[in-house]
Amino acid sequence: MDLELFLMQLFSGLALGAILVMVALGLTIIFGMLGIVNFAHGALFMVGAYAGLWVASLTGSFWWALLIAPIAVGAFGMLVERVLIRPLYKRTPDDPLLLTFGLGYVLVEAVRITFGTDGIPFSAPESLQGVVDLGIGYFPLYRLFVLGVVAVILVLLWVALEKTRFGLVVRAGARDPLIMRVLGVDVSRLWLLVFGLGVGLTALGGVLAAPMRNVSPEMGTLVLAEAFVVTVIGGMGSLLGAVVAGLLVGVAVSMTALFAPEMATIVMFGLMALILLVRPQGLFGRPGVGA
Amino acid sequence: MAMLEISGLNAWYGASHILHGVHFEVEAGEIVALVGRNGAGKTSTLRSVMGLMPRATGNVRFDGQEILSKGSHERFRMGLGYVPEERRIVPSLTVRENLQLGLVAAGRTDERAAIDEIAESFPRLKERLNQQGTTMSGGEQQMLAIARAMISKPKMILLDEPSEGIMPVLVEEMGVLFRRLRDQGTTLLLVEQNVEWALKLASRAIIIDQGEIVHESSAAALLADKDIQDRYCAV
Repeated sequence: MDLELFLMQLFSGLALGAILVMVALGLTIIFGMLGIVNFAHGALFMVGAYAGLWVASLTGSFWWALLIAPIAVGAFGMLVERVLIRPLYKRTPDDPLLLTFGLGYVLVEAVRITFGTDGIPFSAPESLQGVVDLGIGYFPLYRLFVLGVVAVILVLLWVALEKTRFGLVVRAGARDPLIMRVLGVDVSRLWLLVFGLGVGLTALGGVLAAPMRNVSPEMGTLVLAEAFVVTVIGGMGSLLGAVVAGLLVGVAVSMTALFAPEMATIVMFGLMALILLVRPQGLFGRPGVGA
Repeated sequence: MAMLEISGLNAWYGASHILHGVHFEVEAGEIVALVGRNGAGKTSTLRSVMGLMPRATGNVRFDGQEILSKGSHERFRMGLGYVPEERRIVPSLTVRENLQLGLVAAGRTDERAAIDEIAESFPRLKERLNQQGTTMSGGEQQMLAIARAMISKPKMILLDEPSEGIMPVLVEEMGVLFRRLRDQGTTLLLVEQNVEWALKLASRAIIIDQGEIVHESSAAALLADKDIQDRYCAV
Protein backbone atom coordinates (compact mmCIF):
# COMPACT_ATOMS: atom_id res chain seq x y z
CA MET A 1 0.00 0.00 0.00
CA ASP A 2 1.28 3.38 -1.03
CA LEU A 3 1.48 5.52 2.11
CA GLU A 4 1.32 8.74 0.11
CA LEU A 5 -1.92 7.75 -1.61
CA PHE A 6 -3.31 6.65 1.73
CA LEU A 7 -2.56 10.02 3.35
CA MET A 8 -3.93 11.92 0.38
CA GLN A 9 -7.13 9.97 0.54
CA LEU A 10 -7.32 10.61 4.28
CA PHE A 11 -7.04 14.35 3.62
CA SER A 12 -9.71 14.20 0.93
CA GLY A 13 -11.94 12.39 3.37
CA LEU A 14 -11.42 15.09 5.98
CA ALA A 15 -12.32 17.83 3.47
CA LEU A 16 -15.43 15.91 2.47
CA GLY A 17 -16.23 15.36 6.12
CA ALA A 18 -15.71 19.04 6.91
CA ILE A 19 -18.60 19.94 4.58
CA LEU A 20 -20.72 17.29 6.26
CA VAL A 21 -19.81 18.76 9.64
CA MET A 22 -21.26 22.13 8.60
CA VAL A 23 -24.52 20.53 7.47
CA ALA A 24 -24.82 18.16 10.43
CA LEU A 25 -24.00 20.89 12.95
CA GLY A 26 -26.92 22.97 11.70
CA LEU A 27 -29.19 19.96 11.75
CA THR A 28 -28.20 18.94 15.25
CA ILE A 29 -28.32 22.49 16.71
CA ILE A 30 -31.85 22.92 15.39
CA PHE A 31 -32.90 19.52 16.65
CA GLY A 32 -31.20 19.90 20.02
CA MET A 33 -32.76 23.26 20.78
CA LEU A 34 -36.04 23.36 18.93
CA GLY A 35 -36.77 19.64 18.77
CA ILE A 36 -37.36 20.00 15.06
CA VAL A 37 -36.05 17.54 12.51
CA ASN A 38 -35.38 19.93 9.65
CA PHE A 39 -36.03 18.03 6.44
CA ALA A 40 -35.43 21.20 4.41
CA HIS A 41 -31.82 21.22 5.57
CA GLY A 42 -30.47 19.59 2.39
CA ALA A 43 -32.43 21.97 0.20
CA LEU A 44 -31.08 24.91 2.21
CA PHE A 45 -27.56 23.57 1.62
CA MET A 46 -28.35 23.65 -2.10
CA VAL A 47 -29.88 27.12 -1.82
CA GLY A 48 -26.66 28.21 -0.12
CA ALA A 49 -24.65 26.97 -3.11
CA TYR A 50 -26.94 28.78 -5.58
CA ALA A 51 -26.93 31.92 -3.46
CA GLY A 52 -23.14 31.76 -3.55
CA LEU A 53 -23.22 31.29 -7.31
CA TRP A 54 -25.54 34.25 -7.68
CA VAL A 55 -23.57 36.58 -5.41
CA ALA A 56 -20.34 35.53 -7.15
CA SER A 57 -21.82 36.33 -10.56
CA LEU A 58 -23.02 39.73 -9.34
CA THR A 59 -19.87 40.77 -7.55
CA GLY A 60 -17.37 38.71 -9.49
CA SER A 61 -15.92 37.63 -6.17
CA PHE A 62 -15.95 34.24 -4.49
CA TRP A 63 -15.12 35.94 -1.21
CA TRP A 64 -18.27 38.02 -1.19
CA ALA A 65 -20.23 34.88 -2.02
CA LEU A 66 -18.64 33.06 0.90
CA LEU A 67 -19.59 35.88 3.25
CA ILE A 68 -22.98 37.03 1.97
CA ALA A 69 -24.66 33.80 0.90
CA PRO A 70 -24.66 32.09 4.33
CA ILE A 71 -25.90 35.26 6.03
CA ALA A 72 -28.65 35.81 3.46
CA VAL A 73 -29.79 32.17 3.57
CA GLY A 74 -29.59 32.25 7.39
CA ALA A 75 -31.86 35.31 7.36
CA PHE A 76 -34.22 33.44 5.07
CA GLY A 77 -34.16 30.60 7.60
CA MET A 78 -35.20 33.02 10.34
CA LEU A 79 -38.10 34.16 8.19
CA VAL A 80 -39.14 30.53 7.69
CA GLU A 81 -38.98 29.92 11.45
CA ARG A 82 -41.03 32.96 12.31
CA VAL A 83 -43.68 32.67 9.60
CA LEU A 84 -44.03 28.95 8.92
CA ILE A 85 -42.66 26.93 11.83
CA ARG A 86 -43.55 29.01 14.87
CA PRO A 87 -47.33 28.48 14.54
CA LEU A 88 -46.66 24.73 14.70
CA TYR A 89 -44.70 24.58 18.00
CA LYS A 90 -47.80 23.89 20.06
CA ARG A 91 -48.83 21.01 17.82
CA THR A 92 -47.36 17.53 17.45
CA PRO A 93 -43.69 17.19 16.41
CA ASP A 94 -44.92 15.69 13.12
CA ASP A 95 -46.25 19.03 11.90
CA PRO A 96 -42.92 20.90 11.67
CA LEU A 97 -41.38 17.76 10.20
CA LEU A 98 -43.98 17.62 7.43
CA LEU A 99 -43.70 21.35 6.88
CA THR A 100 -39.91 21.28 6.41
CA PHE A 101 -40.24 18.17 4.23
CA GLY A 102 -42.59 20.08 1.93
CA LEU A 103 -40.49 23.23 2.11
CA GLY A 104 -37.52 21.23 0.83
CA TYR A 105 -39.47 20.28 -2.29
CA VAL A 106 -40.68 23.83 -2.82
CA LEU A 107 -37.12 25.18 -2.61
CA VAL A 108 -35.80 22.60 -5.09
CA GLU A 109 -38.58 23.43 -7.55
CA ALA A 110 -38.08 27.17 -7.09
CA VAL A 111 -34.39 26.79 -7.90
CA ARG A 112 -35.18 24.61 -10.93
CA ILE A 113 -37.54 27.29 -12.26
CA THR A 114 -35.09 30.12 -11.59
CA PHE A 115 -31.74 28.59 -12.50
CA GLY A 116 -32.75 25.63 -14.69
CA THR A 117 -32.43 21.92 -14.07
CA ASP A 118 -28.90 21.52 -15.38
CA GLY A 119 -25.92 21.57 -13.12
CA ILE A 120 -23.82 24.73 -13.18
CA PRO A 121 -20.06 24.68 -12.70
CA PHE A 122 -18.71 26.89 -9.96
CA SER A 123 -15.00 27.30 -9.87
CA ALA A 124 -12.83 28.19 -6.96
CA PRO A 125 -11.11 31.56 -7.20
CA GLU A 126 -7.77 31.46 -8.95
CA SER A 127 -5.90 32.10 -5.74
CA LEU A 128 -7.28 28.85 -4.35
CA GLN A 129 -6.72 26.71 -7.41
CA GLY A 130 -3.79 24.43 -7.86
CA VAL A 131 -2.05 22.15 -5.44
CA VAL A 132 0.26 22.51 -2.49
CA ASP A 133 3.10 20.29 -1.46
CA LEU A 134 2.37 19.00 2.02
CA GLY A 135 5.64 17.15 2.22
CA ILE A 136 3.82 13.87 1.86
CA GLY A 137 2.49 14.73 -1.58
CA TYR A 138 0.52 17.29 -3.53
CA PHE A 139 -2.88 18.26 -2.25
CA PRO A 140 -5.59 20.48 -3.83
CA LEU A 141 -5.30 23.91 -2.24
CA TYR A 142 -9.05 24.44 -2.24
CA ARG A 143 -9.68 21.41 -0.06
CA LEU A 144 -7.11 22.64 2.37
CA PHE A 145 -8.92 25.97 2.38
CA VAL A 146 -12.23 24.22 3.14
CA LEU A 147 -10.62 22.48 6.11
CA GLY A 148 -9.27 25.81 7.30
CA VAL A 149 -12.61 27.63 7.02
CA VAL A 150 -14.44 24.85 8.85
CA ALA A 151 -11.80 24.83 11.58
CA VAL A 152 -12.20 28.59 12.02
CA ILE A 153 -16.01 28.28 12.16
CA LEU A 154 -15.74 25.51 14.74
CA VAL A 155 -13.47 27.62 16.94
CA LEU A 156 -15.80 30.63 16.62
CA LEU A 157 -18.80 28.45 17.42
CA TRP A 158 -17.03 26.96 20.41
CA VAL A 159 -16.07 30.36 21.77
CA ALA A 160 -19.59 31.69 21.19
CA LEU A 161 -21.20 28.74 22.95
CA GLU A 162 -18.75 28.19 25.79
CA LYS A 163 -17.37 31.64 26.53
CA THR A 164 -20.20 34.10 26.04
CA ARG A 165 -23.39 34.89 27.88
CA PHE A 166 -25.36 34.19 24.70
CA GLY A 167 -23.80 30.74 24.57
CA LEU A 168 -24.65 30.09 28.20
CA VAL A 169 -28.28 30.94 27.50
CA VAL A 170 -28.34 28.74 24.42
CA ARG A 171 -26.85 25.77 26.28
CA ALA A 172 -29.21 26.21 29.20
CA GLY A 173 -32.17 26.75 26.87
CA ALA A 174 -31.38 23.52 25.06
CA ARG A 175 -31.49 21.61 28.35
CA ASP A 176 -34.43 23.39 29.97
CA PRO A 177 -36.37 26.06 28.06
CA LEU A 178 -38.89 26.47 30.89
CA ILE A 179 -36.38 27.66 33.44
CA MET A 180 -35.03 30.17 30.94
CA ARG A 181 -38.52 31.58 30.44
CA VAL A 182 -39.07 32.08 34.15
CA LEU A 183 -35.65 33.74 34.35
CA GLY A 184 -36.74 36.36 31.85
CA VAL A 185 -35.40 35.00 28.58
CA ASP A 186 -37.59 35.28 25.51
CA VAL A 187 -37.04 31.73 24.36
CA SER A 188 -38.90 32.24 21.09
CA ARG A 189 -36.35 34.88 20.09
CA LEU A 190 -33.57 32.50 21.04
CA TRP A 191 -35.07 29.81 18.84
CA LEU A 192 -35.31 32.25 15.95
CA LEU A 193 -31.59 33.00 16.22
CA VAL A 194 -30.67 29.35 16.61
CA PHE A 195 -32.69 28.35 13.57
CA GLY A 196 -31.02 31.11 11.56
CA LEU A 197 -27.60 29.98 12.77
CA GLY A 198 -28.29 26.34 11.86
CA VAL A 199 -29.50 27.29 8.40
CA GLY A 200 -26.56 29.66 7.90
CA LEU A 201 -24.13 26.84 8.70
CA THR A 202 -25.62 24.48 6.12
CA ALA A 203 -25.66 27.31 3.55
CA LEU A 204 -21.98 27.92 4.24
CA GLY A 205 -21.45 24.21 3.67
CA GLY A 206 -23.22 24.61 0.33
CA VAL A 207 -21.01 27.50 -0.79
CA LEU A 208 -17.87 25.66 0.30
CA ALA A 209 -18.94 22.47 -1.44
CA ALA A 210 -19.87 24.23 -4.70
CA PRO A 211 -16.38 24.29 -6.26
CA MET A 212 -15.83 20.63 -5.30
CA ARG A 213 -18.92 19.34 -7.07
CA ASN A 214 -21.49 20.45 -9.61
CA VAL A 215 -24.08 22.92 -8.38
CA SER A 216 -27.46 21.37 -9.14
CA PRO A 217 -30.96 21.52 -7.68
CA GLU A 218 -30.58 17.95 -6.41
CA MET A 219 -27.22 18.42 -4.68
CA GLY A 220 -28.90 18.68 -1.28
CA THR A 221 -30.69 15.36 -1.38
CA LEU A 222 -27.72 13.08 -0.77
CA VAL A 223 -26.18 15.58 1.67
CA LEU A 224 -29.33 15.51 3.79
CA ALA A 225 -29.19 11.72 4.01
CA GLU A 226 -25.49 11.89 4.88
CA ALA A 227 -26.10 14.57 7.51
CA PHE A 228 -28.80 12.43 9.13
CA VAL A 229 -26.38 9.51 9.23
CA VAL A 230 -23.78 11.79 10.83
CA THR A 231 -26.18 13.05 13.51
CA VAL A 232 -27.29 9.53 14.33
CA ILE A 233 -23.69 8.35 14.64
CA GLY A 234 -22.62 11.43 16.61
CA GLY A 235 -25.75 11.55 18.75
CA MET A 236 -28.79 13.71 18.00
CA GLY A 237 -28.31 17.15 19.51
CA SER A 238 -24.60 16.72 20.24
CA LEU A 239 -22.34 19.33 18.64
CA LEU A 240 -19.14 17.45 19.37
CA GLY A 241 -20.82 14.34 17.97
CA ALA A 242 -21.62 16.13 14.71
CA VAL A 243 -18.00 17.20 14.31
CA VAL A 244 -16.43 13.83 15.13
CA ALA A 245 -18.99 11.79 13.19
CA GLY A 246 -18.87 14.15 10.20
CA LEU A 247 -15.12 13.75 9.84
CA LEU A 248 -15.41 10.02 10.55
CA VAL A 249 -17.98 9.50 7.82
CA GLY A 250 -15.99 11.62 5.37
CA VAL A 251 -12.85 9.60 5.99
CA ALA A 252 -14.71 6.28 5.95
CA VAL A 253 -16.31 7.06 2.59
CA SER A 254 -13.05 8.29 1.16
CA MET A 255 -11.05 5.30 2.41
CA THR A 256 -13.61 2.81 1.21
CA ALA A 257 -13.46 4.45 -2.21
CA LEU A 258 -9.76 3.63 -2.22
CA PHE A 259 -10.08 -0.04 -1.25
CA ALA A 260 -13.54 -1.04 -2.42
CA PRO A 261 -15.09 1.70 -4.59
CA GLU A 262 -18.38 -0.11 -5.00
CA MET A 263 -18.86 -0.06 -1.21
CA ALA A 264 -18.21 3.67 -0.79
CA THR A 265 -21.82 4.81 -0.81
CA ILE A 266 -23.06 2.22 1.65
CA VAL A 267 -20.22 2.22 4.16
CA MET A 268 -21.73 5.09 6.16
CA PHE A 269 -25.02 3.23 6.51
CA GLY A 270 -23.04 0.25 7.76
CA LEU A 271 -21.38 2.51 10.32
CA MET A 272 -24.76 3.86 11.36
CA ALA A 273 -26.23 0.39 11.74
CA LEU A 274 -23.27 -0.62 13.88
CA ILE A 275 -23.65 2.43 16.12
CA LEU A 276 -27.39 1.84 16.47
CA LEU A 277 -26.68 -1.71 17.60
CA VAL A 278 -23.85 -0.93 20.00
CA ARG A 279 -24.67 2.58 21.24
CA PRO A 280 -28.15 3.64 20.16
CA GLN A 281 -27.83 7.18 21.55
CA GLY A 282 -24.83 7.81 19.27
CA LEU A 283 -21.19 8.42 20.15
CA PHE A 284 -21.81 11.59 22.17
CA GLY A 285 -25.58 11.49 22.60
CA ARG A 286 -27.42 11.47 25.88
CA PRO A 287 -29.63 8.42 26.33
CA GLY A 288 -33.27 9.21 25.71
CA VAL A 289 -32.66 12.31 23.61
CA GLY A 290 -34.23 12.09 20.21
CA ALA A 291 -35.66 8.67 20.90
CA MET B 1 -50.92 48.19 48.26
CA ALA B 2 -51.41 44.69 46.97
CA MET B 3 -48.39 43.30 45.15
CA LEU B 4 -50.40 40.44 43.69
CA GLU B 5 -54.15 40.50 43.10
CA ILE B 6 -55.85 37.40 41.76
CA SER B 7 -59.54 37.18 40.98
CA GLY B 8 -61.70 34.77 39.02
CA LEU B 9 -58.69 32.70 38.03
CA ASN B 10 -59.56 29.57 36.08
CA ALA B 11 -56.97 27.22 34.63
CA TRP B 12 -56.95 24.03 32.64
CA TYR B 13 -54.63 21.19 31.72
CA GLY B 14 -56.07 20.08 28.41
CA ALA B 15 -59.69 19.21 29.17
CA SER B 16 -59.35 19.05 32.93
CA HIS B 17 -60.45 22.17 34.73
CA ILE B 18 -57.96 22.63 37.58
CA LEU B 19 -58.64 26.06 39.11
CA HIS B 20 -62.18 27.34 39.67
CA GLY B 21 -62.31 31.08 40.26
CA VAL B 22 -59.31 31.38 42.57
CA HIS B 23 -59.08 34.78 44.25
CA PHE B 24 -56.74 36.22 46.84
CA GLU B 25 -54.29 39.05 47.35
CA VAL B 26 -50.75 39.32 48.62
CA GLU B 27 -49.71 42.63 50.13
CA ALA B 28 -46.31 44.11 49.39
CA GLY B 29 -43.66 42.98 51.86
CA GLU B 30 -45.56 40.10 53.46
CA ILE B 31 -45.09 36.36 53.45
CA VAL B 32 -48.26 34.48 52.57
CA ALA B 33 -48.58 30.72 52.89
CA LEU B 34 -50.74 28.92 50.34
CA VAL B 35 -51.53 25.48 51.73
CA GLY B 36 -53.76 22.55 50.92
CA ARG B 37 -53.73 18.88 50.07
CA ASN B 38 -51.81 17.24 47.26
CA GLY B 39 -53.54 18.06 44.01
CA ALA B 40 -55.58 20.91 45.51
CA GLY B 41 -54.27 23.38 42.93
CA LYS B 42 -51.35 25.03 44.75
CA THR B 43 -48.77 24.44 42.05
CA SER B 44 -51.27 25.26 39.31
CA THR B 45 -51.95 28.59 41.00
CA LEU B 46 -48.26 29.47 40.99
CA ARG B 47 -47.88 28.25 37.42
CA SER B 48 -50.83 30.41 36.35
CA VAL B 49 -49.31 33.46 37.99
CA MET B 50 -46.03 32.71 36.23
CA GLY B 51 -47.66 32.09 32.84
CA LEU B 52 -46.88 28.40 32.60
CA MET B 53 -50.35 26.87 32.37
CA PRO B 54 -51.56 25.80 28.93
CA ARG B 55 -54.73 27.82 29.50
CA ALA B 56 -55.65 30.33 32.20
CA THR B 57 -58.37 32.99 32.34
CA GLY B 58 -59.41 35.63 34.86
CA ASN B 59 -57.54 38.56 36.37
CA VAL B 60 -54.04 38.50 37.73
CA ARG B 61 -52.46 41.84 38.55
CA PHE B 62 -48.86 42.12 39.63
CA ASP B 63 -47.54 45.41 40.95
CA GLY B 64 -50.62 47.13 39.52
CA GLN B 65 -50.40 45.65 36.03
CA GLU B 66 -52.51 42.95 34.42
CA ILE B 67 -50.11 40.10 33.57
CA LEU B 68 -52.22 37.19 32.35
CA SER B 69 -51.66 38.18 28.71
CA LYS B 70 -47.90 38.50 29.17
CA GLY B 71 -45.26 35.84 28.54
CA SER B 72 -43.41 34.25 31.47
CA HIS B 73 -40.21 36.08 30.58
CA GLU B 74 -42.01 39.45 30.69
CA ARG B 75 -43.43 38.64 34.12
CA PHE B 76 -39.94 37.88 35.38
CA ARG B 77 -38.70 41.15 33.94
CA MET B 78 -41.45 42.98 35.85
CA GLY B 79 -39.95 41.62 39.06
CA LEU B 80 -41.69 38.31 39.60
CA GLY B 81 -39.36 35.46 40.54
CA TYR B 82 -40.30 31.77 40.65
CA VAL B 83 -38.70 28.74 42.26
CA PRO B 84 -40.37 25.65 40.79
CA GLU B 85 -40.91 22.54 42.86
CA GLU B 86 -38.52 20.52 40.69
CA ARG B 87 -35.83 23.20 41.25
CA ARG B 88 -34.63 22.83 37.68
CA ILE B 89 -30.93 23.27 38.18
CA VAL B 90 -29.62 23.11 34.63
CA PRO B 91 -27.55 19.95 34.15
CA SER B 92 -23.94 20.26 32.97
CA LEU B 93 -23.74 23.86 34.16
CA THR B 94 -21.76 24.91 37.23
CA VAL B 95 -23.28 26.59 40.26
CA ARG B 96 -21.80 29.89 39.06
CA GLU B 97 -23.30 29.44 35.59
CA ASN B 98 -26.69 28.62 37.06
CA LEU B 99 -26.49 31.85 39.05
CA GLN B 100 -25.46 33.74 35.90
CA LEU B 101 -28.67 32.56 34.25
CA GLY B 102 -30.56 34.52 36.88
CA LEU B 103 -28.76 37.68 35.77
CA VAL B 104 -29.12 37.30 32.01
CA ALA B 105 -32.40 39.17 31.71
CA ALA B 106 -31.22 42.06 33.84
CA GLY B 107 -28.22 42.45 31.54
CA ARG B 108 -26.09 43.35 34.53
CA THR B 109 -22.47 43.99 33.79
CA ASP B 110 -21.32 43.59 37.38
CA GLU B 111 -22.05 39.89 37.23
CA ARG B 112 -19.14 38.94 39.45
CA ALA B 113 -20.16 41.42 42.14
CA ALA B 114 -23.74 40.14 42.08
CA ILE B 115 -22.57 36.54 42.46
CA ASP B 116 -20.18 37.45 45.27
CA GLU B 117 -23.01 39.27 47.00
CA ILE B 118 -25.46 36.39 46.73
CA ALA B 119 -22.78 33.91 47.80
CA GLU B 120 -22.53 35.76 51.12
CA SER B 121 -26.14 34.78 51.86
CA PHE B 122 -25.50 31.19 50.80
CA PRO B 123 -22.26 29.96 52.35
CA ARG B 124 -22.93 26.44 51.08
CA LEU B 125 -22.96 27.69 47.50
CA LYS B 126 -19.96 29.91 47.96
CA GLU B 127 -17.72 26.87 48.42
CA ARG B 128 -19.18 25.15 45.39
CA LEU B 129 -19.33 27.85 42.72
CA ASN B 130 -17.34 25.82 40.22
CA GLN B 131 -19.03 22.50 40.91
CA GLN B 132 -21.71 21.14 38.59
CA GLY B 133 -25.04 22.22 40.07
CA THR B 134 -26.77 18.86 39.74
CA THR B 135 -24.03 17.03 41.66
CA MET B 136 -25.01 18.79 44.90
CA SER B 137 -27.43 17.46 47.49
CA GLY B 138 -31.15 18.15 47.13
CA GLY B 139 -31.02 20.82 49.81
CA GLU B 140 -28.09 22.58 48.22
CA GLN B 141 -29.81 22.48 44.84
CA GLN B 142 -32.86 24.04 46.46
CA MET B 143 -30.70 26.80 47.88
CA LEU B 144 -29.21 27.34 44.42
CA ALA B 145 -32.68 27.52 42.85
CA ILE B 146 -33.68 30.15 45.42
CA ALA B 147 -30.44 32.09 44.98
CA ARG B 148 -30.89 32.04 41.20
CA ALA B 149 -34.43 33.39 41.50
CA MET B 150 -33.46 36.18 43.90
CA ILE B 151 -30.09 37.26 42.47
CA SER B 152 -31.75 39.85 40.22
CA LYS B 153 -33.61 41.23 43.27
CA PRO B 154 -37.23 40.63 42.20
CA LYS B 155 -40.08 42.37 44.01
CA MET B 156 -41.84 39.09 44.70
CA ILE B 157 -40.85 35.42 44.67
CA LEU B 158 -43.19 32.46 44.25
CA LEU B 159 -41.83 29.43 46.07
CA ASP B 160 -43.18 25.95 45.37
CA GLU B 161 -42.51 23.58 48.27
CA PRO B 162 -39.01 24.80 49.07
CA SER B 163 -38.71 22.59 52.19
CA GLU B 164 -39.63 19.36 50.43
CA GLY B 165 -37.15 16.55 51.03
CA ILE B 166 -34.61 18.77 52.75
CA MET B 167 -32.63 18.24 55.94
CA PRO B 168 -34.19 20.05 58.94
CA VAL B 169 -31.06 22.13 59.49
CA LEU B 170 -31.34 23.52 55.95
CA VAL B 171 -35.05 24.16 56.39
CA GLU B 172 -34.15 26.27 59.43
CA GLU B 173 -31.58 28.20 57.39
CA MET B 174 -34.17 28.73 54.71
CA GLY B 175 -36.62 30.18 57.23
CA VAL B 176 -34.00 32.68 58.40
CA LEU B 177 -33.34 33.63 54.79
CA PHE B 178 -37.02 34.14 53.98
CA ARG B 179 -37.51 36.37 57.00
CA ARG B 180 -34.50 38.43 56.00
CA LEU B 181 -35.85 38.75 52.44
CA ARG B 182 -39.16 39.94 53.82
CA ASP B 183 -37.43 42.46 56.07
CA GLN B 184 -35.64 43.78 52.98
CA GLY B 185 -39.04 44.35 51.38
CA THR B 186 -39.38 41.26 49.15
CA THR B 187 -42.86 39.77 48.96
CA LEU B 188 -43.09 35.98 49.23
CA LEU B 189 -45.85 33.56 48.30
CA LEU B 190 -45.01 30.24 49.83
CA VAL B 191 -46.67 26.99 48.78
CA GLU B 192 -45.98 24.31 51.36
CA GLN B 193 -46.86 20.82 52.55
CA ASN B 194 -44.89 21.53 55.70
CA VAL B 195 -47.82 23.54 57.05
CA GLU B 196 -46.54 24.23 60.52
CA TRP B 197 -43.24 25.61 59.28
CA ALA B 198 -44.96 27.72 56.64
CA LEU B 199 -47.46 29.14 59.11
CA LYS B 200 -44.71 30.16 61.50
CA LEU B 201 -43.03 32.12 58.71
CA ALA B 202 -46.11 33.67 57.15
CA SER B 203 -48.31 36.50 58.32
CA ARG B 204 -51.36 35.21 56.47
CA ALA B 205 -52.58 31.82 55.33
CA ILE B 206 -54.75 30.81 52.40
CA ILE B 207 -56.16 27.33 51.97
CA ILE B 208 -56.97 25.96 48.56
CA ASP B 209 -59.02 22.81 48.06
CA GLN B 210 -60.15 21.24 44.78
CA GLY B 211 -59.16 24.35 42.88
CA GLU B 212 -61.03 26.83 45.10
CA ILE B 213 -59.98 29.09 47.95
CA VAL B 214 -61.80 27.75 51.01
CA HIS B 215 -60.20 29.63 53.89
CA GLU B 216 -58.27 32.77 54.55
CA SER B 217 -56.99 33.98 57.92
CA SER B 218 -53.96 35.13 59.78
CA ALA B 219 -51.28 32.46 59.91
CA ALA B 220 -51.39 32.45 63.70
CA ALA B 221 -55.14 31.77 63.70
CA LEU B 222 -54.79 28.82 61.34
CA LEU B 223 -51.84 27.49 63.32
CA ALA B 224 -54.14 27.37 66.37
CA ASP B 225 -57.10 25.86 64.51
CA LYS B 226 -56.35 22.17 64.28
CA ASP B 227 -59.83 21.38 62.96
CA ILE B 228 -59.43 23.35 59.78
CA GLN B 229 -55.88 22.13 59.37
CA ASP B 230 -57.07 18.54 59.63
CA ARG B 231 -59.95 19.11 57.24
CA TYR B 232 -57.96 20.73 54.44
CA CYS B 233 -54.28 20.12 54.96
CA ALA B 234 -54.01 16.50 56.13
CA VAL B 235 -51.92 14.59 53.67
